[in-house]
Amino acid sequence: MTLWRGIWAALALLALALAGLVTMPSGWLWPPQQLHLPFAAGLTAAMKWLTESAAIGPVVVKDLTRGFATLIEAPYEVVKVLLVDGITEGKGRRATTIIPPLSWVAVTLAVVALGHFARSFRLGLLAGALMTYLAVFGQWDSAMITLASIAIAVPLGVLGGLAQGIAAWRWRWVERVISPILDLMQTIPTFAFLVPILVLFGFGPVAALLATIIYAMPPMVRVTIVALRSVPPEILDFANMAGCTPWQRMRKVMLPVALPDLMVGVNQVIMLSLNMVIIASMIGAGGLGADVLESLRRLNIGGGIEAGLAITALAVVLDRLGQAMSERVAQAEARQGNWWKRHPRTTLVLVVALVTGALGYLVPALQDWPKAWQITTKPFWSDLIKYINVNYFDQLEAVRVWFLEALLLPVRRFFLALPWPFLLAVLTLAGWRLGGVRLAALVLALGLFVAATGLWEQAMITVYLCGLSVVIAMLIGLPVGILAASNETAGKVIGAVVDTLQTLPSFVYLIPVVMLFRVGDFSALIAVVLFALVPAVKYTAHGLRTVPAELIEAGVVCGCTRGQILRKVRLPMAVPMILLGLNQTILLALSMLVITALVGTRDLGQEVYAALATADVGRGLVAGFSVAAIAIIADRLIGAAAMRARARLEGTT
Amino acid sequence: MNERPVKLACRHVWKIYGSHPQRLLAGGNTPTLDQIRQSDHVGAVRDVSLEVGEGEIFVIMGLSGSGKSTLVRCLSRLIEPSGGEILYDGEDLLKASPARMIEIRRHRMGMVFQHFALLPHLTVLENVAFPLEVQGMERGAREARAREVVQLVGLQGREANYPRQLSGGQQQRVGIARSLAVEPDLWFLDEPFSALDPLIRREMQEEFLRIQRKLRKTIVFITHDFDEAIRLADRIAIMKDGAVVQVATPEELVLAPANDYVAAFTAHVTRAKVVTLGRIAAPGQPDGIAGTLSAGATIEAVAEQIVTADAPFAVERDGTVIGHVTPAAVISILIGKET
Repeated sequence: MTLWRGIWAALALLALALAGLVTMPSGWLWPPQQLHLPFAAGLTAAMKWLTESAAIGPVVVKDLTRGFATLIEAPYEVVKVLLVDGITEGKGRRATTIIPPLSWVAVTLAVVALGHFARSFRLGLLAGALMTYLAVFGQWDSAMITLASIAIAVPLGVLGGLAQGIAAWRWRWVERVISPILDLMQTIPTFAFLVPILVLFGFGPVAALLATIIYAMPPMVRVTIVALRSVPPEILDFANMAGCTPWQRMRKVMLPVALPDLMVGVNQVIMLSLNMVIIASMIGAGGLGADVLESLRRLNIGGGIEAGLAITALAVVLDRLGQAMSERVAQAEARQGNWWKRHPRTTLVLVVALVTGALGYLVPALQDWPKAWQITTKPFWSDLIKYINVNYFDQLEAVRVWFLEALLLPVRRFFLALPWPFLLAVLTLAGWRLGGVRLAALVLALGLFVAATGLWEQAMITVYLCGLSVVIAMLIGLPVGILAASNETAGKVIGAVVDTLQTLPSFVYLIPVVMLFRVGDFSALIAVVLFALVPAVKYTAHGLRTVPAELIEAGVVCGCTRGQILRKVRLPMAVPMILLGLNQTILLALSMLVITALVGTRDLGQEVYAALATADVGRGLVAGFSVAAIAIIADRLIGAAAMRARARLEGTT
Repeated sequence: MNERPVKLACRHVWKIYGSHPQRLLAGGNTPTLDQIRQSDHVGAVRDVSLEVGEGEIFVIMGLSGSGKSTLVRCLSRLIEPSGGEILYDGEDLLKASPARMIEIRRHRMGMVFQHFALLPHLTVLENVAFPLEVQGMERGAREARAREVVQLVGLQGREANYPRQLSGGQQQRVGIARSLAVEPDLWFLDEPFSALDPLIRREMQEEFLRIQRKLRKTIVFITHDFDEAIRLADRIAIMKDGAVVQVATPEELVLAPANDYVAAFTAHVTRAKVVTLGRIAAPGQPDGIAGTLSAGATIEAVAEQIVTADAPFAVERDGTVIGHVTPAAVISILIGKET
């Protein structure tokens, strides 16, 4: 152990020396031109072939994608008619509404009823209040467009994930094929998904919807596999002994027994769909995401904050309802009588929908919240930001400059000055130490891939921004997590804050940051830290809370003070969990970092963003894969470290 | 007891886990434990041959890891054996098609599980009716049948409860009712009472014997509890390392253990609980007997009656007197003198 500590210390010193003192000959600093492989051109060509001339038998792929798009478009149109458009005659401005969409009263009531059904009247009221907020603050129409996309993306994502998960559970080889693809999908940044979809399906809501579904599906596949696996083997034996056919076994036994776990996956699909549908505004999803994007582009402070708050409201509604549904215990509700007596809530909602729809012709306020009653907070936010900027500009600027000069720029210089063969060697060595030859080979291969893309500089900027954000997030997250675990009241408050932060789509984080610190690396850093803070806090608190009570009692009996128990018993036991939190923090930081391309970073995210603007598939995918490579390297190294830590604690080396 | 017609038989059944179990068994080979271990395989069930008679309670007893659970799953073909034959009413189950297997399980087999394996989303009644539902029986008919079985296990009034609202003992009653709903001939019980508290376990054993006296099923009962085995079994098979060490009645096991392993189990068993009058009866019939007792009765059951009488009892089997017992003979068993 001491030998290796010495080696790592020597390597760190060498790194500093290399970065600061030695002037590298070109080719040592960044991978030389000759090493670059034309990945991007190849991918672009492949895509071109795929979209223009590829065919499966007589069916041209292009037609296939069109057909697929129509398949999704049809239900989307139906939901859109229900929530947004109604049935209209004529086009454009001269269109007259024949049948209006569902009134805001009906939709709000439906949400209240759902809340009551899922948990309690209180939850229903909360959800209803947030929906009313959307109406009152003039965000209703955009919110309904977003909701329509989610209403389609979630069932499709869930069904698709379920089908793949079941197949993977049933046949080992399916899992072997799917698993690495899922790994890759979860590490490729969201933006990178958008480029090929943009090329295949064009700009518009359908392409956005597809991107959303593809992005939100992988967790459902994983959750399904895990949920089916964790059905007790005795239950499976029972199903066989009862003489179930394979289909009966799945439908009547496995799925119902796994339902509580599956609902966790459904909830994830909902939240990921919301996140992606906001980002997918870049390829034509309308709604709240488009509002935010528009505001960010035009630096429209008030509009951005309003749309951001609306997204927050919608996110809270979806998250709380989804969670309540997944925790809802099956209740024996054997009501007697007619359909409407057995389903009082559904009946009420339907009746109100019809009545408000009909009365809406006479009393428009029932149909749409009247414009005159809408409250806008735009001037308030604009004034607030203006006030802050006028009165505290110097302070803010001082903070920004200090961080830039004292922290960001030196670290950036350090990473950019590291010779690439040295960095690769150190990473490979770490891989070998932590996980043996296989891990070392994987790390080396992924590192060489990044070197060969010709994006080394961007990759290093990504690593520096991500690394710095993660360090800061952990520095904040660890103490907060410790506080949450050691004080019940603090734990509750922190838990509530963290849960809400977690529901927010990544876009939203950019808004306040940009308003205060304008564009640049420092803004990106703050947004990334905020976004990636959640797992750092959560896993730390969880790890500390789940230390076995017996061990703590043993510590107390030995006469430990509270501080000693924390330092000598709880923290060491929580190390594997904290490492997992670190892992999640890195992955979230990377995914957020790519989005900060919008505020002008010059990392791999900017590559993807630029590729999206020019619909350059190859460029976008190569940059996306590079981010994925960095994510996988970090993930595997820390995962291996966590496993070693756990093995050491449990004595199963 | 062996004059019963054979209901279920298994011949040379093997279950070997590993990469190439068939290679070890090729050509009727019977590998030893060491051979299996050396080839990186695990012999979960090794060359087991058993016969279970109709209406018999056949207990398979072994410590954890002895292969008893694997064996019962081979018998019901929940696990595919690596080799051998399993004959149920003369039909080899290992040759049955999947459809035929579903048919047999739907109508002729029932199984009770250690952790109950109740479906959490169904009520007691729905759980019990589930095997009937799978067969496609009408709701009315299956619920009527389910009510009957729920009554049989003494859970009437609990039909609308969910499993989580019941105690462990009640949950296992549901498991028992469910396994009996289809009126199977063959009843597998896989450590049905191991997860219960000792007092409840005792109560459930009584309940089980009561039901069995009424229904006369052919039973394969798995347990790791030797006392339970002795209380319930007509015959016991003791397993170790996947192989059957001895098959015998409780009495034979106690009086004539096949080896030290079996003897270690039986050493602490109260003799009076397993030794029958037939075993200690002295030949001949003296004058002035106090009464006549059955040869199958255990000493424990009749000890008080014999010891308090002042004359020997005649012992009869199938209506003919085979000898007599004296209070002295009974007392020597009660105080633990070896027979």
